Amino acid sequence: MSAIHPDELTTGRLAGLLPTDPKRTTDPVTIDGTIVDDPSVRPPLVLGNRSIGDVTNIVCGYVENKPGSWWLPVFGVVTQLAGVATLMILYLAITGVGVWGLNNQVDWAFDITNFVFWIGIGHAGTLISAILCLLKQKWRTSINRAAEAMTIFAVVCAATYPGIHVGRMWMAWMMFPIPNANAIWPNFRSPLLWDLFAVSTYGTVSLLFWYMGMIPDFASLRDRACLRLNRNPNGGPTVLPFVKLRVDTLRAFIYGLLAMGWRFSSRHWHHYEKAYLMLAGISTPLVLSVHSIVSFDFATSVLPGWHATIFPPYFVAGAIFGGFAMVLLLMIPARELYPNMKDLITIRHLENMSKIILVTGSMVGFAYAMEFFIAWYSGSQYEADVFVYNRLMPPFLAGEDGRYAPYWWAYWSMIFCNVVSPQLFWFKACRTSAFWIFIVSFLVTIGMWFERFVIIVTSLHQAFVPGEWGMFFPTPVDILTFAGTFGIFLTLFLLFLRFLPAFAMSEIKNVLPSASPHHHPDDHGHADDHGRGTSTTGGGHH
Amino acid sequence: MARARTKIYKTSAGEVVYGLMAEFATPADTYHAAEKIRDAGYSNWDVYSPFPIHGIDEAMGLKTSHVPLLCGIMGLAGAGLGFLFQWWVSVKAYPLGVQGKPFGAWEPLMPILFEFGVIFTSFTALLSMLAFNRLPMWHHPLLKKDRFLKTSDDRFVICVESKDPKFDPDGTRKLFEKSGGYNIDLVED
Repeated sequence: MSAIHPDELTTGRLAGLLPTDPKRTTDPVTIDGTIVDDPSVRPPLVLGNRSIGDVTNIVCGYVENKPGSWWLPVFGVVTQLAGVATLMILYLAITGVGVWGLNNQVDWAFDITNFVFWIGIGHAGTLISAILCLLKQKWRTSINRAAEAMTIFAVVCAATYPGIHVGRMWMAWMMFPIPNANAIWPNFRSPLLWDLFAVSTYGTVSLLFWYMGMIPDFASLRDRACLRLNRNPNGGPTVLPFVKLRVDTLRAFIYGLLAMGWRFSSRHWHHYEKAYLMLAGISTPLVLSVHSIVSFDFATSVLPGWHATIFPPYFVAGAIFGGFAMVLLLMIPARELYPNMKDLITIRHLENMSKIILVTGSMVGFAYAMEFFIAWYSGSQYEADVFVYNRLMPPFLAGEDGRYAPYWWAYWSMIFCNVVSPQLFWFKACRTSAFWIFIVSFLVTIGMWFERFVIIVTSLHQAFVPGEWGMFFPTPVDILTFAGTFGIFLTLFLLFLRFLPAFAMSEIKNVLPSASPHHHPDDHGHADDHGRGTSTTGGGHH
Repeated sequence: MARARTKIYKTSAGEVVYGLMAEFATPADTYHAAEKIRDAGYSNWDVYSPFPIHGIDEAMGLKTSHVPLLCGIMGLAGAGLGFLFQWWVSVKAYPLGVQGKPFGAWEPLMPILFEFGVIFTSFTALLSMLAFNRLPMWHHPLLKKDRFLKTSDDRFVICVESKDPKFDPDGTRKLFEKSGGYNIDLVED
């Protein structure tokens, strides 16, 4: 046995006193030991020879220890950005929607583009927590918590827009079917009302799912704080230098309140697992329905470019595509910045998500092509015009009549980012490199924003009668509000990483080899020392 | 179904005993110990582990959870309620002529019917899980034991409650020892 107690080893690693992983190797084939092509070999889900206790120490360490020196400056910048969004919304409220660039021709522009963009981002989180759970994809355990958090924060950003774009936003409550003095009820035949119900249901169910998943992890944080207090009631830092309240007392109280008295009983787990399965089962049709219903906002209209039956599956694929890109955009820097996170989020996790991006990106590309096919096949002049002269035609290819699509650059940016850039993932070297995954995810995020811009703005700006044609140009308020929502999103995400369990500890522990009841410790006589790496992988310790 | 206690046990310090707890080294040991305790006929006992041990339900002889059944009933009830509500608004309370569509058409009511079903199912899943587990309960004799608090980290504990008719401080301790338990300790109520 090693002379160092495992807890001390982790403490040392977390404090930066010991190298992150003394046994880490980089292998050209298996990278960090998780890229194994042989289907008979199960690559490890958690690297670095981690015991069950290590997982607790690492994940609780993110909450209990001071974050790196990067945290406060980054947090400062993103909260300022969030403040900008708040100011822009305030300016909008006291002035009116005229501060935005939308006009009589393009009456939905940045507001709905950004709404659809953000609500789509959320879909990856639910896909990971629900659909991958039903499909028994064990690798989901180390990314599901952060992805679910991302879902909720994206829904927060998305839900801002319908609230503020109604103009008289103090009347926004009239969207809800509440009995009021005017005896006016909403129109249940309107897709906009379906959308309101879909998004609010989605937000609520995601929050319930996220919270229920965190109950055992809150209990872990509570118990650790209690243990420290029991050992030394007067030890540890206080909340503020002149306040006697200990941080651990506060932790024991708040996490204790949130944990609801969870005590890891198997009789409790029994009901818990069933409830979790029920939530996963009901979230699966929900996640597919939400973006379908969002697409009904467009598809049930008669506007060429919107009126398409392909919209629901096309929107859902796009949402998952953009959502996974955002998960990767958040998790790749996080695993560089937080100690030991690379043991939990391995290259295989990144590779799997890259594959999903490649698949959904191809589905989106197919949908783009199919829109053109149907525009031609339908024989509708309006449809054909929308796709050629609203979207496709660049000025340098314009025919004798000189007609071209004014927003051709938006369309081609979308094609480049969404269809061309993910093709890099056909190459294993790109799929297994955090750098290239980050670049592609960045492009995909831009591309998915452009997709919504193309669908909404270009379809509206030249429809039917030329007399009602017009252009949309965003104002600084439009742009700053959108930039500000990234501030809101990142502020919430950084707070999540700082104060909430960023990984589903009980689920990660459950996929460790030592957690199996069929696992019997070998000659070591110590269960926690066995079986993390398989002997065929480069990162194993044998 | 309150069962009269056959006997109230007290520690040497005079405190009422809640139960007897033992630690187990691995999930496999815990699993086999649970089978032994189940077969010995205990009823008021529990296994505590940082994650749900695979197959522990059978090892403990737990009955099927009723959470899914309740979710199904409430989901259908929610969907039905959602339909009735929309129908009442669209046909009775505020018939609104839009696009010449019939007031009582059921097709446009489907999306929100679905959302009602989903939201009812989700709340039922969380709340029935808490209700079946008698949570929230912010106080429990076991949570006062430092050694027990480590179950949220990486320990495996089995505790037999003193109200179990078969509970016997010495006999239960022997059963724990025989099944590989260690750090066997009385838990004060």
